[in-house]
Amino acid sequence: MKETYRFQHKHILGIEQLSVADIFNILDTANSFKEISNRPIKKVPTLKGKTIINFFFEPSTRTRLSFEIAAKRMSADTFNIAASTSSAKKGETLIDTARNLEAMAPDIIILRHGSSGAPGLLARHIDASIINAGDGTHEHPSQALLDIMTVREHKGAIEGLKIAIIGDIAHSRVAHSDILGFSKLGAEVRVAGPATFMPPHLDTLGAQVFDSVEEAITDVDVVMALRIQQERQNDPLIPSLREYAQFYGINKSLLQHARPDVLIMHPGPINRGVEMNPDVADGKGSVILEQVTNGVAVRMALLYLVMGQEGGRGRS
Amino acid sequence: MTVIKQKTKTTVLQNGRTIDPTRNMDVIGDLWIEDGVIVPAGEKLPEDCQLFDLDGKWLVPGLIDMHVHLREPGEEYKETVESGTRAAAAGGFTAVACMPNTRPVNDCASVTEFILEAAKRKGSARVYPVGAISAGSQGSGLAGYGELKAAGAVAVTDDGLPVIDSQLMRRAMEYAGSHDLLVMSHSEEIALSRNGSMNEGVVSTRLGLRGIPVAAEAIMVYREIALAELTGQRTHIAHVSTAAAADLIAQAKARGVRVTAETTPHYFTLTEEAVGDYNTNAKMNPPLRTESDRQAIRKGLQDGTFDAIATDHAPHSVLEKELEFDRAANGIIGLETSLPLSLALVRDGVIDAMRMVELMSSSPARILKVPGGALAAGSVADVTVIDPEKEFVFTKESILSRGKNSPFLDWELKGKAVLTIMGGQITHNELQ
Repeated sequence: MKETYRFQHKHILGIEQLSVADIFNILDTANSFKEISNRPIKKVPTLKGKTIINFFFEPSTRTRLSFEIAAKRMSADTFNIAASTSSAKKGETLIDTARNLEAMAPDIIILRHGSSGAPGLLARHIDASIINAGDGTHEHPSQALLDIMTVREHKGAIEGLKIAIIGDIAHSRVAHSDILGFSKLGAEVRVAGPATFMPPHLDTLGAQVFDSVEEAITDVDVVMALRIQQERQNDPLIPSLREYAQFYGINKSLLQHARPDVLIMHPGPINRGVEMNPDVADGKGSVILEQVTNGVAVRMALLYLVMGQEGGRGRS
Repeated sequence: MTVIKQKTKTTVLQNGRTIDPTRNMDVIGDLWIEDGVIVPAGEKLPEDCQLFDLDGKWLVPGLIDMHVHLREPGEEYKETVESGTRAAAAGGFTAVACMPNTRPVNDCASVTEFILEAAKRKGSARVYPVGAISAGSQGSGLAGYGELKAAGAVAVTDDGLPVIDSQLMRRAMEYAGSHDLLVMSHSEEIALSRNGSMNEGVVSTRLGLRGIPVAAEAIMVYREIALAELTGQRTHIAHVSTAAAADLIAQAKARGVRVTAETTPHYFTLTEEAVGDYNTNAKMNPPLRTESDRQAIRKGLQDGTFDAIATDHAPHSVLEKELEFDRAANGIIGLETSLPLSLALVRDGVIDAMRMVELMSSSPARILKVPGGALAAGSVADVTVIDPEKEFVFTKESILSRGKNSPFLDWELKGKAVLTIMGGQITHNELQ
């Protein structure tokens, strides 16, 4: 069926909506763009004349910068709006703000928002392509795609791999998208952490839940640790970062249970000494900086693919 | 529609399937109305009477919805007494009890009187104001139940919010008992539900939304039962959504606690799956639950755990609903869909027609201690004629409520009120 495949998504709202063929197509496209970042002149004219708005309702350094670099390397014009400078603080609704942006005819809006489902709401009301750069505790598809790309580069295939994600799964859109993505491609996804960090029915997303980190990482090919916050919205989740580090932090001795060639990943920013010891983050098998590099390539691929052959605006 | 003023001539409803749960009656018969009261049928038709041939359609006591939000005073852009009671009449209701979370909160005689005055001037249904439990529904200090009752309030509740302080709830029950007012409980343990926007379960995990666990309802329902037992006062549990709460209520009733309970059409029709792709018209509090909860609610309607079907009719404008899911307001409208959704229970064999009428009319009248709920001679002439076979599509354009926030938009529904009579006056007529 490869001949008839065509990337048909106008929006990238989540991994949930992507098929296995879509994911491979994005990764293959990202691979072909990766080389651009190594050129002396890191720019191709592919999206020349396209207008891309980074619309960020939550603070972000790396994701916003990564999307912006990706867009600029494709020669698009990019604009950044942060919530603090937008009308959001004046009581304007998301839809009203977006309709105002729409009136300026952007081709793509990259949205980060604190509410789960906000990108879909935007997509229903305006004509531009929407790329979800993280919505609430829902999804962060570009992060999952760059994670998959990084693992694939090292391991060749995703199918059959064992992947452990350790930490606050309930509040992590990265974990959510990673679980969906890796399990779609046939990996065995395990999660571990205290029960306060586990949403109900994780099996329905495609993850196995372990109480013990040691058990979860036994024989795995990949260990990913998530950034930990002690408390969210007055909800006591763990007693202290110190206790978390002691029982759930990834350290060298724990890693002896994993495969010898285990990859160490983290979506950043790291609390060193909390969810991951520095000797692990900087040690053998750590691909944390490769994740960042691949982030640019994946985002270039997403921008390119949602624009499609017809070039964006006005497509159904 | 405003009430059509008529001369006092006899209204005769012929050949109706007359269902009156208070007399366990289900027969084909005629009903006569004179001067706003049901009278014994005469030997032959009076001259110059208003005659309706019902041709076997159901003739039932006017439906009573004991839980609606009319939004007036203060949020007239969402609903008014006029628009809300028009929607009620179209849905077959002759009376509604309206919740006190207006602006200002109905915690005193003057707000109660304002609502009753609006109902008198512009209403198409009887309106029974429900006062606040606490002053301003702020959760500390009792509202003036004596003056509320004297002004016409039939119950008290802080609906929309739970009463967090157990001692306040205890005192509310005791003091309400002294004034013969019903206490209605919005049962929610807020420490567990805070920031939640849907049921905690498979769908909340998929959508990345903070969940509201079943325990949030069950814990507070149990507290209310314990307090009802302590005080010996009658207590009503509003909008029950979970199997766990239904179990607690059934157990309490079995040991003689004076507790009554209502559930809503959305809890016996829908599940959390209706939230789908962040559909804010499926967002309400308590939230839609799972299929096993839905089945337990249906069973509770059958076995007597529940006393009433109410709608929790909660109109909102697009300003509150066209938002990010976690920021959107809770609540859906229900007055114009309650009857067809309840008739579906009859068609599904969950309850029979008599039980449905009991749940939607006779029991609410008994619990609120208001007129209606019966068709015996001498009863107030609040009557609803139902065509159980009439099919229609519930479109946004057809809605009479100012709120269009319904998860049942564009559903094909079966069964409808075709004639609604309140105190002898026709408030809705699509019969002829």
